[in-house]
Amino acid sequence: MRGNVVIAGIGQTAFGKLPGRGTISLNIEACRHALADAGVEKDAVDALLVKPPTSNPQFMYGQTLAEAMGMQPRVGGAWDQGGAANISLISFAAMAIEHGQCEIALVCYADNPRTGSRHAYEKAWGDDAAYGWFGVPSGYAMLARRHMEEFGTTSEQLGAIAIAIRKHGAANPNAQLRKPLTLEQYRESPWVVDPLRRDDCCLVSDGAAAVVLMSAQRAKSLGVKKPVPILGFGQGQSSWDVPQRPDLTRTCAEISGATAFKMAGLRPHDIDVAQIYDCFTITVLMTLEAYGFAPHGQGGPFCEGGRLAIDAELPTNTAGGLLSETGMPGLQLVTEGVRQMREEATLQVKGARNCIVSNQGGVMHTHSTLILGHYL
Amino acid sequence: MIEAAFPAPQPGEAAAPYWRALEEGRLVFQRCKSCGHAWLPGRGECPRCLAPDPEWTPAAGNAKLVSWVIFHHGYHEYYAARLPYNVAVVELEEGPRLVSNIVEADGQLKIDMRLELVIQREAGVALARFKPTQGNQS
Ligand SMILES: [Zn+2]
Repeated sequence: MRGNVVIAGIGQTAFGKLPGRGTISLNIEACRHALADAGVEKDAVDALLVKPPTSNPQFMYGQTLAEAMGMQPRVGGAWDQGGAANISLISFAAMAIEHGQCEIALVCYADNPRTGSRHAYEKAWGDDAAYGWFGVPSGYAMLARRHMEEFGTTSEQLGAIAIAIRKHGAANPNAQLRKPLTLEQYRESPWVVDPLRRDDCCLVSDGAAAVVLMSAQRAKSLGVKKPVPILGFGQGQSSWDVPQRPDLTRTCAEISGATAFKMAGLRPHDIDVAQIYDCFTITVLMTLEAYGFAPHGQGGPFCEGGRLAIDAELPTNTAGGLLSETGMPGLQLVTEGVRQMREEATLQVKGARNCIVSNQGGVMHTHSTLILGHYL
Repeated sequence: MIEAAFPAPQPGEAAAPYWRALEEGRLVFQRCKSCGHAWLPGRGECPRCLAPDPEWTPAAGNAKLVSWVIFHHGYHEYYAARLPYNVAVVELEEGPRLVSNIVEADGQLKIDMRLELVIQREAGVALARFKPTQGNQS
């Protein structure tokens, strides 16, 4: 199935504060743009797959969206897996297309936590709230501390990740945060939950994105300009809450990445550009280790010295990621991966042939991986 | 008396015996009668063999520090007034892991350091906190 299914179109809304816009409206705008980009009429779409809005999960959200879009898709619904759901839905759509369950699929996501509610990111961890255990950053901070203590990972190494990604966001006219970051500024950034500082944490944003999938054959017959082939995908679900994980510095992202690399017939050194889920800097470091770009425990030294910057060894989050383009959980990383493979990115990695994209959710509870190839 | 603003536990059926035991001055965990696996928090079934017969067992109170964080942001009214404060993950010598706070540490925390149980009341609720064991060699 490697390369048999392509991403034929991408779309997005503006990112940041979008007052007065519900998630249905945002989803429809992103889908409208993605369909126009692919050159496909809405009526040709027979699969509609959506990640439910994190800040306001709703029963049968996929059907609510389908009605608002005047669609009765063959394949349709929502998938609850936190931020990993986008790529998981893309891989499900690819398999459904491959096996004749549908022909053209829309995968989309929208949320409005910036003007709406941030509660999902700040809530108590069950009865452990009695100990003051609250919020999403604290879970990542717990992983980061263990990594720092066990392997000597430093705050400056986490800072190097934020600096590289913020540099890319500064160049992106659509990014919510266009202010680059220096190491001095990073060092002065206030603690949120030590060892994570404000500048280790992603944005909270309103917005939406969408992608259109179809077979490579169909894309050719429709005359899609730059179909981007899906070379590989995989998943791995750590699932357990942070305190329960036998090793806090390892996750099932390892299995997810290995599955995707195997399907694509590629290895880390074949990857020219990476879009790594950066809800927090530590997530990037641990994901790069899990994918084999650095040995386990050595993600800190790997991320130092600007290695993740646009002109360096592994250009990462070339549109600014969750740290500066938009805090939207993950689908924007896929659309930037597609732009890179079409050679249409604002910060284009010259000669890039393969792009890896990670999506994940919770506190690394869920993970999915996508490998894209240069357009056909 | 539980202070109104305190985020008091509201345990379901499976976890209620845990909090009752703490109120009585004992830290307990669950052990599977079928396979011997031990865990927290309380559940109806063993997560290893799925048998429905866990047994509450007293912990000796010895543990090690898995990881910790220091909150500088207040997510909740009660704890916002107590910044900065630590939250830790500790592992009992019997195996189960739990979320806790480390006390009497003078800021000298290290992963894998040995800890011992101190049951303390916070806003009237008994909590399983830990302090570094005397003569600590991890
Ligand atoms: Zn058992």
